[in-house]
Amino acid sequence: MKILVCLSNVPDTTTKIKLSGDKSAVDMAGVQWVINPWDELALTRALDLKEKSNGKIDQITVITVGEKHTEPTIRKALAVGADDAVRINMIPTDDYEVASNIAAYLKDNPYDIILSGIESSDYNGSAVGGMLAEFLKVPSVSAVSFLDIEGEEPLMKREIPGGTETVKVPFPFVAIVQKGIALDPRIPAMRGIMMARKKPLTVVEPAGEGAKSSFANFDMPKPKAKVKMIDAENAGELITLLHEEAKVI
Amino acid sequence: MSVIVYTENWEGKFKKSSYELVSYAHSIATELGVETVVVSIGQVADDQLNILANYGANKILSATNDKFAVLDNAAYASVIARAAKANNAKVIVFANNFTGKAVSPRVAVKLEAGLANSVTALPLSLDPFVVQKNVFNGKALGKQQINSDIKVISLAQNSFEIKEVEGSATIEAFDAGLNDAKFDTQLIEKNTVSGKIILTDAELVVSGGRGMKSADNWSPLEELAAILGAGTACSRPVADEGWRPHAEHVGQTGKIIAPNLYIALGISGAIQHLAGVSSSKIIVAVNTDPEAPFFEAADYGILGDVHKVLPLLVEAAKSFKAHQ
Ligand SMILES: Cc1cc2nc3c(=O)[nH]c(=O)nc-3n(C[C@H](O)[C@H](O)[C@H](O)COP(=O)(O)OP(=O)(O)OC[C@H]3O[C@@H](n4cnc5c(N)ncnc54)[C@H](O)[C@@H]3O)c2cc1C
Ligand SMILES: Nc1ncnc2c1ncn2[C@@H]1O[C@H](COP(=O)(O)O)[C@@H](O)[C@H]1O
Repeated sequence: MKILVCLSNVPDTTTKIKLSGDKSAVDMAGVQWVINPWDELALTRALDLKEKSNGKIDQITVITVGEKHTEPTIRKALAVGADDAVRINMIPTDDYEVASNIAAYLKDNPYDIILSGIESSDYNGSAVGGMLAEFLKVPSVSAVSFLDIEGEEPLMKREIPGGTETVKVPFPFVAIVQKGIALDPRIPAMRGIMMARKKPLTVVEPAGEGAKSSFANFDMPKPKAKVKMIDAENAGELITLLHEEAKVI
Repeated sequence: MSVIVYTENWEGKFKKSSYELVSYAHSIATELGVETVVVSIGQVADDQLNILANYGANKILSATNDKFAVLDNAAYASVIARAAKANNAKVIVFANNFTGKAVSPRVAVKLEAGLANSVTALPLSLDPFVVQKNVFNGKALGKQQINSDIKVISLAQNSFEIKEVEGSATIEAFDAGLNDAKFDTQLIEKNTVSGKIILTDAELVVSGGRGMKSADNWSPLEELAAILGAGTACSRPVADEGWRPHAEHVGQTGKIIAPNLYIALGISGAIQHLAGVSSSKIIVAVNTDPEAPFFEAADYGILGDVHKVLPLLVEAAKSFKAHQ
């Protein structure tokens, strides 16, 4: 059985965001690139499953749609323990293009379990996993906080408003994962980093559909008005302000 | 031609967010000069469906089937895509919530449509179709242009003011064409907490951080929340310490919420915490440290000890409610 983990290459979440002069793009100069946090957890869970599967899960592949600058991030995933990697060589314009191109690659390279994160921390699309499942015509389960394989079947927990549901779907499927899927991401060890250099990273050219949308331009959020301080002795005044001024209660 | 809006129901009932959504879809439909068509999936009584007319629904398509009781992303997507095709939809509107995020990407692919999730306002323009959304976890705003014939969008919570209208709607049973279909998602077990306000739905949230000092100090916080009708949340260390359940933890690694009001009690305002709450409309920070970063993100601040401030807030909230 084979697991595919989709990796989105994103600026470290503490990055200060700057726009290019004409606001047509976000300025990525000097950005520290990392694996999207959910993908890092997805990979961690995939490795856990492989290790306890007694050889039943024999391959974990990571895939990124991106140009060469994404390779250090891909290598990190290999260093953490992925067996091999695929990079689809293009700068994607939207999630549709990402999903379509991964789906095109998977036509001849099927996987049993496909993991994606619930959201990339850059453009906050929340779409690739669901789109990919639809392109592949396979089931998708969203907001997955637990995944295991019980006998011959996958078992997942999904976070619904106010609770959880445990569900099953047939193979192959896409699980769109979130908090809880693994506790902490694995950190690459020296040995892993050495081994990663020798693991296969296949570069393929795009064979999917083009984008359906693009970002016309960007803005910075309006700076917040300065905080209005309320005397602690008269804290109750807050309630009046929330009612009369802010009109939220 | 139409704007389609998918309204989710919770045990046969709609919520305020459903009305918000219909109202939003109706505003776009009016601009485009087309009908507002609601798609409802699962058993909902006509009197509930009829309420949607007050927010601008012209036609309500009600698809029922016992199997819809369990969300199957693919099945729901095919119902909505089928309704979209049958009504020549130009725009399809979802809520940016659990179900919306699960289903909208599949609908977009079925209709070969571009998708913009978590849109925060009415489209900036209809031709070209441009919507605004938060990117980089709220650190910037992106203006996303959708170029496909059909546009799929999801509306971020609490970002649109409801407008009531005079109107009536027709209700039609919608044949989803799935009667013999085998649904892939099988429910094994469901665990829900009942009676509590669901954090991701809550319009008001009262939240505590490590400044609360211990699990035992939470009762005034809970009391304040109960009086205001608010949900309760916490910072990550608080959940890690076991003072509060992890379901309450908000932030980068927790839930992302955007209530109308977020009251942060004894929370420093670390960037990872703010990532989960900074889209809140009004933020209140209570902290003993004048340098606490939360004061920079807050609209109202109280420099003081939560243990002294909370009882005053509880008292004021009580008398406010008594006079309403
Ligand atoms: C990768 C990563 C992800 C993270 N994800 C999250 C996340 O999702 N959510 C999250 O919350 N954190 C997250 N964190 C942790 C985050 O960085 C902070 O450590 C955390 O938010 C701090 O919580 P706190 O404000 O409750 O506690 P502290 O930082 O200890 O702050 C307590 C605050 O209370 C004030 N205080 C103390 N006593 C009183 C009193 N009597 N009255 C009033 N105020 C008082 C103090 O002045 C201080 O500002 C993450 C960290 C990392 C590295
Ligand atoms: N360029 C990409 N290449 C591979 N996977 C991606 C890419 N972008 C997004 N993903 C996957 O889709 C998830 C959700 O991203 P998004 O839909 O863009 O918010 C991410 O967590 C990844 O698992």
